[in-house]
Amino acid sequence: MIKLENVTKVFPSKKGKDVTALDDVSISVNKGEIHGVIGYSGAGKSTLIRCVNLLESPSKGKVWIDGTDLTKLSKEKLRQTRQKVGMIFQHFNLLRTASVYDNIAIPLKLLGVPKAEVKERVMKYLDIVDLSEKKDAYPSQLSGGQKQRVAIARALSQEPQVLLSDEATSALDPETTNSILELLLKINAELGITILLITHEMNVIQKICDYVYVIENGNLIEQGSTIELFTKPKQPTTKKFLNTISQRKLSDRLIDELNLEGKVIRLTFLGENTGQPLLSKVTQQFYVEPNILTANIIELKNGIVGNLVVHLIGSEHQVEHSLSFLKEQGVEVEELGVN
Amino acid sequence: MQAFIDQWGSEFYDAIIETLQMVLISLFFAVIIGVILAILLVLTRPGQPLQNKFVYQSLNLLINVIRSIPFIILLFFMLPFTKLIVGVTIGVKGVIVPLVVNAAPYIARLIESSLLEVNQGVIEAYRAMGVKTHQIIWNVMLREARPAIVLALTIATISLIGATAMAGLVGAGGLGDLAYRFGHLRYETDVMYVTVIMLVIIVQGLQSLGNRLAERLKKD
Repeated sequence: MIKLENVTKVFPSKKGKDVTALDDVSISVNKGEIHGVIGYSGAGKSTLIRCVNLLESPSKGKVWIDGTDLTKLSKEKLRQTRQKVGMIFQHFNLLRTASVYDNIAIPLKLLGVPKAEVKERVMKYLDIVDLSEKKDAYPSQLSGGQKQRVAIARALSQEPQVLLSDEATSALDPETTNSILELLLKINAELGITILLITHEMNVIQKICDYVYVIENGNLIEQGSTIELFTKPKQPTTKKFLNTISQRKLSDRLIDELNLEGKVIRLTFLGENTGQPLLSKVTQQFYVEPNILTANIIELKNGIVGNLVVHLIGSEHQVEHSLSFLKEQGVEVEELGVN
Repeated sequence: MQAFIDQWGSEFYDAIIETLQMVLISLFFAVIIGVILAILLVLTRPGQPLQNKFVYQSLNLLINVIRSIPFIILLFFMLPFTKLIVGVTIGVKGVIVPLVVNAAPYIARLIESSLLEVNQGVIEAYRAMGVKTHQIIWNVMLREARPAIVLALTIATISLIGATAMAGLVGAGGLGDLAYRFGHLRYETDVMYVTVIMLVIIVQGLQSLGNRLAERLKKD
């Protein structure tokens, strides 16, 4: 549905130092899925999402939406194609001087939707975002979450096939963030709208994404299904992002101290298998004593990932045996504090 | 009091009408020209979708040049141009052209800064929706800038009233002229005082009207 093909974006600078915001990035979002791009600020994710509807035109590469290469379109055709692509923003971008109703109705009128249908659509989508009773309020009278709902209704009212979300929850508190994420899930499930979002919050990825791209310094450094990324992260940056949502990280000093005797390992399980029975098996079969340091369960959109950091105490030989046993059982094993 | 009204009433009446004529007519044309200039300035500014260095810088230069000329000099400097446009150089008709030329660039600058304050994100949102540029100008930029534009036009109108005081020099009359001819040249200080008081009242009234209208449009 959305495809970026080897997209590079260079911002020329007067001092002769051109800034490469995106370097040969390719992504592909299937119809009906929710894909997320995560990265720190300045990583290029904003540029990436703005390349999708050509608010920023790529220096190189192609942008496909529903089989059309946008980079090849005339201005007029591009304008028409953009109507199929909804977008929501971190700062909502509503008209301050217009009521909630008008904020949704004005773009529809401008895009030539017949008058009778405008009213119908506004009410329909206000209902979907649960804000029907606020239709006469002005944005200044709404909370951040409500403003974002209006912006979502505005985007949906054009009945797009694709929704782009540019840090839509970054200005919201955690509870409001959750309600907006649930709304996005509902939109995706009920209206079948394909969603591409960018964020710097791992919990956004965790809760609603099917597939994740990690970008850093304009490069796509890692990608995979959300489950893959949560169970087998490869890049340090990805691991850092994972650390932000769970108590995964112990201090290096503590790990070094514990590693003097036995080994500190991280076990990652997929599914509802909590790992407890496996650990008791390990103690039965090998001469090791496991000491659980941290444990948690992360609910992803498409599954559950369990995380267990364990201090295995025992002879080196026995510890090695237990590790290979665990690996055989299909558990991701990572030794901590070993470089 | 009654004696004063009897003696000067009709003079004041005429003067007020003349001032009103000059202000309203020149404001009308100046706003049209000013808004167009402001929109051009904002659209062709570097970094905007329609950026055009040549247009932007020539407009800038033109506006700055006109704005550097004091009105009283502009009034005479423009005589041939005024004659060309309206056929006469005296009376209310003759002063309208220089008033417009004086006020339009000023209004353009004021509206330009009002438009620049419009949240760029909203404009971007509308571009992303596939709304046409001219529709964005009307329905986003000018709409969102309305409160600021009303305040800007209030300022412009008040300074226009000030400029009309010099219109007497080309025989256009008006309150300023009345105060000058009678109050100053003939030592009728009462006329001077009354004119000043009237101007103060007009300006005060306009400013509160502008403030209130802007507040109403703001919706905050």
